Amino acid sequence: MRRRYEFSPRRFWAIVVKEFIQMRRDRLTFVMMISMPLMQLILFGYAINSDPRHLPAGVLLGDHGPQARTLLHAISNSTYFNFVRELDTEQEAREAIARGEIQFILNIPENFTRDLLRGDRPTLLIEADGTDPAAIGNAVSAARLLLNTAMRHDFQGPLDYLAAQRDAIDLRIQTLYNPEGITRYNIVPGLMGVVLTMTMIMITGLGITRERERGTMENLLSMPAHPAEVLIGKIIPYILLGYIQVALILGAAYGLFHVPMVGSLALLLAATFVFIVAHLAMGITFSTLAKNQLQAVQMAYFFFLPSIMLSGFMFPFRGMPRWAQDIGEILPLTHFLRITRGILLKGNGLPEVWPQLWPIALFAALALTIGVKRYRRTLD
Amino acid sequence: MPDDLAIDVHGMTKRFGALTAVDHVDLAVRAGEICGFLGPNGSGKTTFIRMLCGLLRADEGRGTCLGYDVVTESETIKRHVGYMTQRFSFWDDLSIAENLDFVARMYCVRDRRQAVRETIERLGLTERRHQLAGQLSGGWKQRLALAACMIHQPKLLLLDEPTAGVDPKARREFWEEIHRLAGEGLTFLIATHYMDEAERCHRLAFILQGHLLVHGTATEVIARSHLVTWSVSGPGLVELAQRLRNSSGVEQAVSFGTMLHISGPDAEALERAIAPFRTKPYEWRRIDSGLEDVFIHFMSQSQDGVAS
Repeated sequence: MRRRYEFSPRRFWAIVVKEFIQMRRDRLTFVMMISMPLMQLILFGYAINSDPRHLPAGVLLGDHGPQARTLLHAISNSTYFNFVRELDTEQEAREAIARGEIQFILNIPENFTRDLLRGDRPTLLIEADGTDPAAIGNAVSAARLLLNTAMRHDFQGPLDYLAAQRDAIDLRIQTLYNPEGITRYNIVPGLMGVVLTMTMIMITGLGITRERERGTMENLLSMPAHPAEVLIGKIIPYILLGYIQVALILGAAYGLFHVPMVGSLALLLAATFVFIVAHLAMGITFSTLAKNQLQAVQMAYFFFLPSIMLSGFMFPFRGMPRWAQDIGEILPLTHFLRITRGILLKGNGLPEVWPQLWPIALFAALALTIGVKRYRRTLD
Repeated sequence: MPDDLAIDVHGMTKRFGALTAVDHVDLAVRAGEICGFLGPNGSGKTTFIRMLCGLLRADEGRGTCLGYDVVTESETIKRHVGYMTQRFSFWDDLSIAENLDFVARMYCVRDRRQAVRETIERLGLTERRHQLAGQLSGGWKQRLALAACMIHQPKLLLLDEPTAGVDPKARREFWEEIHRLAGEGLTFLIATHYMDEAERCHRLAFILQGHLLVHGTATEVIARSHLVTWSVSGPGLVELAQRLRNSSGVEQAVSFGTMLHISGPDAEALERAIAPFRTKPYEWRRIDSGLEDVFIHFMSQSQDGVAS
């Protein structure tokens, strides 16, 4: 006779209760499950602004006449541009934009007022950093619209003949580094950092927890070994793996996407080393904190999410509110994006890269220090 | 402190929250001695061994292991001690040779390659040295583990239930190896559940609920228990055992094949208890108490102590 296996509500309930108990015991998963959607809501809802304003701009003021001043005020009042500094030379302007201190150079030429009054249509030049096309697009459009209305107040009385003339000023926009505004020039170099962030943390994040789960940790601890030996030893093999990823992405960037590679490849690879080490160190530190492999993976995701959202990869960095930018400045990916875009698209050298490189190195050192401190030599 | 003590610790204590896993245990083991470490599951054997080799920090206690301070010199102790974990703790995804090589590197063994090669040869695993450790059978895993924790030529070996799940032949070979090594001057502290293994040790230490109950040779331990045992054969032993278990003076009534062993700590009380049954067809004989009887005696005594 065949026995029938019936669905038992009591057994079912037993499972439900057990799962609830286990869920409550696993605090970290619980916290993650709750904070993940919250984090996404906050990041998507508040932090991300696809219409970035107050973008830092510099001005090369060749003319100090009243009309030039009016123009500067109008552009500033649009809230898209935030004139952070006055530049003296074209050379100084180029350096500032290469370092990423400013995203625009407003160039008001000599004799601007004179030419304007004569009706000679003086040229107003805006140079924009095109490495992140999404960030500058709206600002550039705003500048165009603005010119037609900004001068209206000035063009009254004796100057009303200028108001009748359309386009009293010849606005020229020059996009530097990525003149066609090709988005993938921005995305592809950024993707290298994103892929490394995700994989490098994950792979070492499992390092210590796997030992613990397989029971080999007890053996490892019974051997005479310094925490730094174990942690750094576990990092090293993955640096190689990181470089394989880098080679693949750079190969694809060059071969498939035709991303220009203006700067020094050697410098890029050197900077990448620091970046890879930073994330491996972070991963191994997570590994010393996590109780099991699942927790380690969750921690890796917890780090990955703000990295991708607040670094300027997904959304223009300067479109985020201050607090989000502050968090972003801590993340290695933020600095690495600036480095890769800077080297590949702007041809930056070490002097421009250094201000972005040391924060990553500092991050790596801190992460590893915490890891070594947290690594327990005993099973206590 | 006598020079020939490999382990000499006093008042070793380890607490996990409210639980005191090891409670003021003193233990001395002479160099070249095989000390059997006995006790039921959860009695604190593993915790004690882990404190000796620096895997756990003792909350209280002091003493030396191979002459090094167990509290302050645990990193040095690790270099001279071989510790074989209860569970196989070598890397399943490394081959036999790779595991041994890793261990040898970790201990900075001189002439590493040669040491690894010799170990593999001694194990008779030369043919299978590239096999993954995870694919080995239980007996081979245990041999590999023993060989690996000896590759740095330790003077003291702490073995935590090394023969659990190993077949009798492999166990016998294992013990012969232990005795050979002890003859060369190595000291062993071996946690075990098997009474036949306990009998092979020079001396025994019995730990229960974190307390060291008794320490000495097998004969000493049995003598100290003052346990009296009678054996009885005849029909209806199951029923007899049932009835005797309830009488005062009888502590244990255990079946051994066609015999029943009746034990109790008080000889007179025991004789009074069995007197009504000392008739035909039962055959009674007074025998020496076995180690197992003694250990169960200690355990039940201690439980009475806890209950009262």
